[in-house]
Amino acid sequence: MLLSITSLSKSFVGTKALQGVDFELAAGEVHALLGENGAGKSTLIKCMTGAYKRDAGEIRLDGVSIDPSSTAEAQALGIGTVYQEVNLLPNLTVAQNLTFGREPRRFGFVDARAQRTQARAMLEPYGLDIDVDRDLGAYSVAIRQIIAIARAVALSGKVLILDEPTASLDAAEVRMLFTIVRKLRAEGLGIIFVSHFLDQVFAICDRVTVLRNGRKIVTEKTADLDRVRLISHMLGRDLEEAAHEHRKHTEAGDDQRGPLLTFEAIGRAGMIEPFDLAVGKGEVIGLAGLLGSGRTESAELLFGVRTSDSGSASDQHGRIAHGSPREAIAAGFGFAPEDRKVDGIIAELSVRENIILALQAKRGWMSKISRQEQDALAERYIGRLDIRTSSADKPIGELSGGNQQKVVLARWLAMNPRFLILDEPTRGIDVGAHAEIVRLIQEITKTGMAVLVISSELEELVAVCDRVIVVRDRRHVTELAGADISTDAIVRAIAQPEAA
Amino acid sequence: MRRSLQRITPQLLTLAALVALVTLFFPNFISISYDGTRFVGPIVDVLKRSAPVALLAVGMTLVIATRGIDLSVGTVMAIAGAVAAYAITSGFGLPATLALALLAGLAAGLWNGCLVALIGIQPIVATLILMTAGRGIAQLITEGRILTFSNNDFAFIGSGTVYGIPFPTILWLATAILVAALMRRTALGLLIEATGINRAASALAGVNATVILIAVYMASGFCAALAGIVATADIRGADANNAGLWLELDAILAVVIGGNSLLGGRFSIAGAMIGALIIQTINTGIVLAGFPSEYNLVIKAGLVLVILVMQSPNLSADWFYLKTLISEQRTARAERKEAS
Amino acid sequence: MTRVLLAGAALLALSAAASAQTVGFSQIGSESGWRAAETTLTRQQAEERGYTLQFSDAQQRQENQIAALRSFIAQGVDAILIAPVVATGWDSVLQEAQEAEIPVVLLDRQVDSSDDLYLTAVGSDLVHEGEVAGEWLLGEVGEEECRVVELQGTTGSSPAIDRAQGFRNAIEGHANVEIVRSQTGDFTRAGGKSVMESFLQAEGGGENICALYAHNDDMAIGAIQAIKEAGLAPGEDIKIVSIDAVPDIFQAMAAGEANATVELTPNMAGPAFDALEAYWADGTEPEKFIQTESRLYTQADDPAAEYEARKDLGY
Repeated sequence: MLLSITSLSKSFVGTKALQGVDFELAAGEVHALLGENGAGKSTLIKCMTGAYKRDAGEIRLDGVSIDPSSTAEAQALGIGTVYQEVNLLPNLTVAQNLTFGREPRRFGFVDARAQRTQARAMLEPYGLDIDVDRDLGAYSVAIRQIIAIARAVALSGKVLILDEPTASLDAAEVRMLFTIVRKLRAEGLGIIFVSHFLDQVFAICDRVTVLRNGRKIVTEKTADLDRVRLISHMLGRDLEEAAHEHRKHTEAGDDQRGPLLTFEAIGRAGMIEPFDLAVGKGEVIGLAGLLGSGRTESAELLFGVRTSDSGSASDQHGRIAHGSPREAIAAGFGFAPEDRKVDGIIAELSVRENIILALQAKRGWMSKISRQEQDALAERYIGRLDIRTSSADKPIGELSGGNQQKVVLARWLAMNPRFLILDEPTRGIDVGAHAEIVRLIQEITKTGMAVLVISSELEELVAVCDRVIVVRDRRHVTELAGADISTDAIVRAIAQPEAA
Repeated sequence: MRRSLQRITPQLLTLAALVALVTLFFPNFISISYDGTRFVGPIVDVLKRSAPVALLAVGMTLVIATRGIDLSVGTVMAIAGAVAAYAITSGFGLPATLALALLAGLAAGLWNGCLVALIGIQPIVATLILMTAGRGIAQLITEGRILTFSNNDFAFIGSGTVYGIPFPTILWLATAILVAALMRRTALGLLIEATGINRAASALAGVNATVILIAVYMASGFCAALAGIVATADIRGADANNAGLWLELDAILAVVIGGNSLLGGRFSIAGAMIGALIIQTINTGIVLAGFPSEYNLVIKAGLVLVILVMQSPNLSADWFYLKTLISEQRTARAERKEAS
Repeated sequence: MTRVLLAGAALLALSAAASAQTVGFSQIGSESGWRAAETTLTRQQAEERGYTLQFSDAQQRQENQIAALRSFIAQGVDAILIAPVVATGWDSVLQEAQEAEIPVVLLDRQVDSSDDLYLTAVGSDLVHEGEVAGEWLLGEVGEEECRVVELQGTTGSSPAIDRAQGFRNAIEGHANVEIVRSQTGDFTRAGGKSVMESFLQAEGGGENICALYAHNDDMAIGAIQAIKEAGLAPGEDIKIVSIDAVPDIFQAMAAGEANATVELTPNMAGPAFDALEAYWADGTEPEKFIQTESRLYTQADDPAAEYEARKDLGY
């Protein structure tokens, strides 16, 4: 075995993050590490990379027991890591990033020419022919990801840990990444692949290890495993397929139907071409498309994060202003943005304060929401959305991703908006929370609230949407409704210009 | 209430330890007497002399809570003092004089706030502009001299007493209490913290982050103007060159000693006030203890270092570890004893 | 050929001496009232003598002063006055002035360059000022015990060091006069006041203090307020002697709240111009250091009139 871990344990104050975990990685293997948020995946990785010091157990690399005390030491030993938030420096050039810490030198100075040559040589095996003198930040996440892999492989060369590498990539980019992963596997590298995307796990991984609550549940060959069994390993219960059933479109009563909002010719040069959108009461509208197609931009224009060049919005009483988030909120809109950590949560504030923030901002600073009302609101939504937190006063930053997302949802539900925009509401959260959020979307629309869902997970859109709008090349190209909604139809619309 | 008291416990303990330390060198430090019109004693001096830094720290706390910093407060003190001295010597009444000085502070804050919130200049750079240019403005007003006045009502703000308590003490205490109450009784505190921790997310949640930012810099300017008025009234003259010189650094230090993070977010005005008292206790203590002036800065820096190290989160984690270790050992020893 | 040119230059210089002279003055800045007064008096003196004064304010920066000097040299002024902001780094620009045969006079501060490079320096002797203050106090208290508190200038600055030294020189050997507390008040009123408050606390509410020696008048004025607020009579309960002779201290002396001050005259230009005139006339080389008078003023010297005379000098 290239890497073998035996009975590894690690505790933090109050919690046992890992208990007696075994893990094995062979050379020339892609091994998936799966588990819900909080299962212990990242703790295990951090123990391997020296970020954490293990309490007990053994890690052997090539049969030799190792105990790295820093990521640099782990790297030198042969274990390299590429994180979801790429751990490179965006304000340095590609070449500087690739050679960082071991720059070629001449007379004590960095030899820029050698640096460039070296960088190009490092990227060459990956089929990446880019200008290595540009700042890293100028390139897309996918390119940065590959550069990070190139660096990690060059530095370490035995074990490569990919932590959620595909979370912000589109389908083509994922394919590109997988080609590279397969190539590295063929070269004999051991690769640990952490992802929430089960399809990808089945597509690329040889074996799967599932962690739950700090313990290893199972290690199996991917070929011997089916999806339902894998999910049940992860959740510790049999996932009901209900979440993936098609929405019953007739569920809402007739009194809850009817037009709610009309957007006309909303657009902005360079972001998205003008589009019309009619929103009905209790309707769930999906926005499907690749990253960068203009999905998020559409949502931002609707919510006034950016102002529209043209067009208008109106309801049954006439025109409504939505030129800024504050105006949009006043018009009864809500928006849970894509990047939860950056645009959604206020990490150091408590769950309670995060829930009431939008409501408080709407009421104005003079009329503070009383502590009783805050507690009542927090309690209601913690219960209703099943937010797992030890206390309403816990800082939201300490919650898992799924629970953070639920708090952001609670923030908007507390406003009782008529139109709620959810940008990637299930990204990066575990399977259980995923199903709950899907259920929640269905539930809230029963009261007449309209929801716009942007998602990369087509099954999710198929499950919840009354209509799906497909966005491609900064244009709304197709609209699917009712029985026409299927993953196949959406994929075809995204892929083929003439499908519409 | 109990929670906030818990939060400033380390600061209170530090202050107590410091008072004990000074008393060791100067035994009369804690003696207070009443001379018929006013309370007299080193502690009273500390409470009075901390007025400028405490007032600055009130505003600075709010600015720092938004992840900003206001380097211009010392200069704004000089400007407000110059405006006040100019107004009172030009025959404006006291109310008009105070109003003009406070307006000058608000205007300075508005300038800073617009640079930060509207133009997007980094706070440290934006306020540096006024920090360097402002003293020139103050000197223009005073024409480069110490502009003295003889109005006793104005001087009262700097050296008068109410029920024997120095007026500056009452002023900074009242300001701190009023601002703290304003922050906690209204939603301002929450909105400021939210803006400081994550401006983008707060704006998306409908918080008017731009207005909040401008408002905190204006509050800081206002507090600086109050401090400038006190300093000017105290020496019965506006000293544009020296009023508030380097006090912005003491104010920032007070906020930090008070347990507030320079990264913004949660803030405690009470903590910052104790921070100001700690700094003034050091200043007064050094003079009373009678060390030569050459040691002033070394002693001050040394004490501040010790205080900050003791309050550092890393160390408190170590403390926690040490404490559990000791208690574990103790139980183990007790068990062993029982066993034998 | 060269001799002809030199003679011509000398002739030009002579004819210039007969007509209106142009003098360049590079001032440090306007950081204190005293300096503002120095500027005012220099302008007054130039006007009285019919010179054209080219004034340049360096705003505390040596590079501004060097630039100003070069511009004076380029203009071909007849003399240069400079109050140097720092002591070092003047060699090359002084050399340039010398090559252009322009006499340079240093005002109130010294430089580290060789003294061939400038005509003379006008200044006061800081140590002597302290001595004058100390001697006044000795005369005042006679053989009585006197516990003195001292408000020092900014720690490490040369006036603070020298004025402290001078005072100690004067009281040395007089066991009845003793400095009991000494602390910096940073040359400011606010500093003088707050440190004096602590002195009063530390010395039994002020009862144990006989006299205050302040390194400048501003600190003394701040201290006077502190003494008054403590319920004591400054000038009577505590004798006050300070240095500089700024207008406000005369007001305090007129009110009986201060006892004596030693003048640091801002009129450095007067002696400088006297020396220059002698030099222009027949090339007389003055002494390399012209010490201004450190005159003592007390309540007997009609402080009210002194105040009136000084208040418009820009202090």
